[in-house]
Amino acid sequence: MNILVCVKQVPDTEARVQIAGEGKSIDIQDVNFILNPFDEFAVEEALLTKEKVGGEVTVISLGNESAGSVILTAMAMGADKGLLLKTNSQADDPFQVARVLAAQIAETGFEVVFFGKQAVGNQHGQVGLLVAELLGVPAISEVSELEIDQKSARGKREIEGGNEIFQCSLPAVFTTQKGLNEPRYPSLKGRMAAKKKPLDIRAVELAEARFVIESLSYPPQRPRGRILGDGAQAAAELVRCLREEAKVI
Amino acid sequence: MALNVLVFAETTDGLSLKKSTREALGAGRRIVDKTGGGEVSAALPVVSSGELPAALAAWGADRVLVAESSEFASYSPGGFTAAVVAAARKTQPSAILIGGTAHGKDLTPRLSARLEAPAATDCISIEIEGDKIFVLRPAYGGKVQMKVGFGKLPAILALRPNAFEALPEDSSRKAEVETLEVPLEEKDLALKITGTEKSKSERPDVAESDLVVSGGRGMRESENFRLLEELAEALGAGVGASRAAVDAGWRPHGDQVGQTGKFVSPSLYIACGISGAVQHLAGMIGSKVIVAINKDPDAPIFKVANYGIVGDVFDVVPAIIQELKKNA
Repeated sequence: MNILVCVKQVPDTEARVQIAGEGKSIDIQDVNFILNPFDEFAVEEALLTKEKVGGEVTVISLGNESAGSVILTAMAMGADKGLLLKTNSQADDPFQVARVLAAQIAETGFEVVFFGKQAVGNQHGQVGLLVAELLGVPAISEVSELEIDQKSARGKREIEGGNEIFQCSLPAVFTTQKGLNEPRYPSLKGRMAAKKKPLDIRAVELAEARFVIESLSYPPQRPRGRILGDGAQAAAELVRCLREEAKVI
Repeated sequence: MALNVLVFAETTDGLSLKKSTREALGAGRRIVDKTGGGEVSAALPVVSSGELPAALAAWGADRVLVAESSEFASYSPGGFTAAVVAAARKTQPSAILIGGTAHGKDLTPRLSARLEAPAATDCISIEIEGDKIFVLRPAYGGKVQMKVGFGKLPAILALRPNAFEALPEDSSRKAEVETLEVPLEEKDLALKITGTEKSKSERPDVAESDLVVSGGRGMRESENFRLLEELAEALGAGVGASRAAVDAGWRPHGDQVGQTGKFVSPSLYIACGISGAVQHLAGMIGSKVIVAINKDPDAPIFKVANYGIVGDVFDVVPAIIQELKKNA
């Protein structure tokens, strides 16, 4: 089975995020980049699928040269080969990113494609579903349980107050989230092996963005709060404040 | 210049409008009233529309496009997408507003692909400048906000629950109601939702709830969340959790608030035994009022809290519950 997993390089969630001088992107100096946390579940599920039904796992990432490092991470976890779709333009528009990915995926051929449900940077949560729509195949977002055989898939996705149970035929696209599996850590041996796995690099062009970042700003500062007191004796004052001052209860 | 707005009408089991839909109607009404001359339409995929068109009118719709089909008994990704696409072709909107629920978030990129139109998720405000639409949405875990413009319309906008206010309900408002034919192709129904399982909790979902009580490592064990359930019940709140509490197995993944969980913007967020790691703050910093209860006076959560109590959760929370009951 041809198993693809699309991953993204993102700033570490601990990173201090500063807006760059031009005001439309973040300053990436001193920022540590990591494999998007939701993509770890995607890579793990791809590996589990391969272990169950056989096949090959290909990791695809779109980004600049340095995005190769997250492909290496995924290959260290166990993916067989990598493909970096290299661009130096800022890939802000999820539609244009999806177009490039869908064209590549159609060319590569696939039975399943995994994505993380969203990247922790731009937080769109769109690319996986866009790719599926552009490819004209079923897509299930935010999957929390999944069972795949040679021809079909069934599982669950979380909704407010419960789960939805789904089924579909393959080929299909799935976006993954926490709870689906426990991503493995890349072993030292895996890291060494990853360096010898094939990593193909292709230059790609993004079409003009129609989702346009006009500017970035810092969120408004929260008003200075106050400590109402210590321990249980402060409870009455809290309830009074919530009722009379903040008027939220 | 007049702008038309289309709202996706999401229901609870085909019976009543979701709060997020009422908020989207309110946001749509404000856009249309500000620009003048346009209309707010609502696309309603449902088995049987019943009182729903009247409710959509009361919450702000001028026009309701009803797509009735047995295929719409529960959420059908392809079917609902086809319905909203058909409504968009009929109403030519400049903006399509969608409540950012699980279904709304699933629908948004599908519409974007089918309509070849740009989409922005997790919008917290909408600005109209002339005939241009801009939105504000948090990024990088809320450390920055992104102002987004669109190179093509319609702009498809998924709205963060609780970030937009619904209008007061006005049952004297009337809407034009019309039937919407939705041609369903086989590929629209390739993905089947075969059932739903309701969670055991009777509390409202943390992402939708207007009041949230949340617990972290300081709760020490799963059993102790009963105390927070009790506080939540006294308030009519949903219960959330920090990553530490979820990873410890005390709470289900769906309850996690934070960068790798849910983003919430309730009126009131009560953080109990949560230190306030940046990844947690990412998920709740948009709350209107934040209360922190923590033993450690230096916990970072106090820096974002409107009201703080330094103390043991197991002393403070029972006292709050008692206080709430006393003056209820």
